[in-house]
Amino acid sequence: MYPRAFAYHRAASYAEAVSLLGELGEEAKLLAGGQSLIPLMKLRLSAPRHLVDLNFIPQTSYIHSNGALRFGAMTRHAEIAASTDAVRIPILRDCAAGIADPQVRNLGTIGGSIAEADPTGDWAPVLLATGATVKALGPNGERTIDIGKFVLDAYTTALQPAEVVTEIEVPLPPERSGGAYIALKRCAPVYASASVAVQLTMEDDLTCKEARIVLGVLGLTAARVGAAEETLRGQPVTPQRIARVGDAVMDIAQPQSDMRGSAEYKRHAAGALAKLAVEAALRRARGEQVEVTHLYA
Amino acid sequence: MPEGIARIHVSMKVNGKLYSREVEPRMLLVEFLREEISLTGTHIGCDSSYCGACTVLLNGKSVKSCTVFAFQADGADVLTVEGLARNGELHPVQRAFSDCHGFQCGYCTPGLLMSTLQLLDEHPQPTEAEIRKGIAGNTCRCTGYQNIFKAIRAASAAGPRSQ
Repeated sequence: MYPRAFAYHRAASYAEAVSLLGELGEEAKLLAGGQSLIPLMKLRLSAPRHLVDLNFIPQTSYIHSNGALRFGAMTRHAEIAASTDAVRIPILRDCAAGIADPQVRNLGTIGGSIAEADPTGDWAPVLLATGATVKALGPNGERTIDIGKFVLDAYTTALQPAEVVTEIEVPLPPERSGGAYIALKRCAPVYASASVAVQLTMEDDLTCKEARIVLGVLGLTAARVGAAEETLRGQPVTPQRIARVGDAVMDIAQPQSDMRGSAEYKRHAAGALAKLAVEAALRRARGEQVEVTHLYA
Repeated sequence: MPEGIARIHVSMKVNGKLYSREVEPRMLLVEFLREEISLTGTHIGCDSSYCGACTVLLNGKSVKSCTVFAFQADGADVLTVEGLARNGELHPVQRAFSDCHGFQCGYCTPGLLMSTLQLLDEHPQPTEAEIRKGIAGNTCRCTGYQNIFKAIRAASAAGPRSQ
């Protein structure tokens, strides 16, 4: 399958990418890893007349860990999954190591994923749970956008037409914190049927101080489930309360029936994933090493 | 080719040999390999980033060449299935797939060989879970995978090729 023909522009710097976007206008798109964009172009769901290639800009793939973790926008999922720095926030590894399959993880980038804002993307729920910020460069310079204000709708972000994502910053969680991200998938290369990200900070081994619980995939954007967070915040994390988190997530989920499952199936899956993710996050907050993998069904 | 769109220059090393071509920007890496330089061992299966039949190594990392533009490999080292055997000797991973009958129709095999290469590069002694995760991006519609797992275990036991 051939995408529509397009003109190729290789950016040597982010600043050049910004000015190219300004010159070329709405018919231009940025190419990061291409793992979402190229399939869309082959199906002609996306048919840009110009492609601005970010792959040859030096020093755009990095993981810095002084204070917060900072990821260059072109850092590949596989690099994050293998990073000894990123593993300090285990939910990031859950996400990076679980995206699609090895081939896709070798090329797909964190910046491209978040800029694409695909409702079924894995990074948005995880970055929302960890309170990340997105750095973008535009014609008027650089700005930092809270992830909650960055993804606005399906395939829609707060980026201006000539802005480029350059970095994602994830603050280091306080002591006694733990998180987990679990998705339910039919098999590795396909999009998830449902996913839940949980990030907890505990007062002590039993009492929860702060909770972020995010439902992915099932809506137009990833969304925090306030009722589920309230169930835990300031409360002992007992099995009964974990069960109520599952119920709260099921109540809020409004999935559509499609090839990935019926609405009812996805609602129940989301509730079950929420409970599993809270359990794993809790154990991690208590200092246990917990291996989390996606569920394949 | 539509008017007004310039061809671009792409050069890459494939299996150690340098190839330079003027191509349409929209040319995919798998088409570059198959149509431009006639290396047809890399197969097109689903053509939609699912099945992994088109897997090659790009600078040592497995990628689905149906979902990579040729220009993304500009200046890179690409390894395809044709680059595995040396002097008529099968690569140990190929030998293991042959010995264990890790294929039936063979269509998915080039991609699976390349994914196995990357898997054993990262995990020379992979666990069962690592094996399954390592080839999760490759679909085989014949074997039911059991002999493929067997072949990967055998290749791991045989160790890397002695240079």
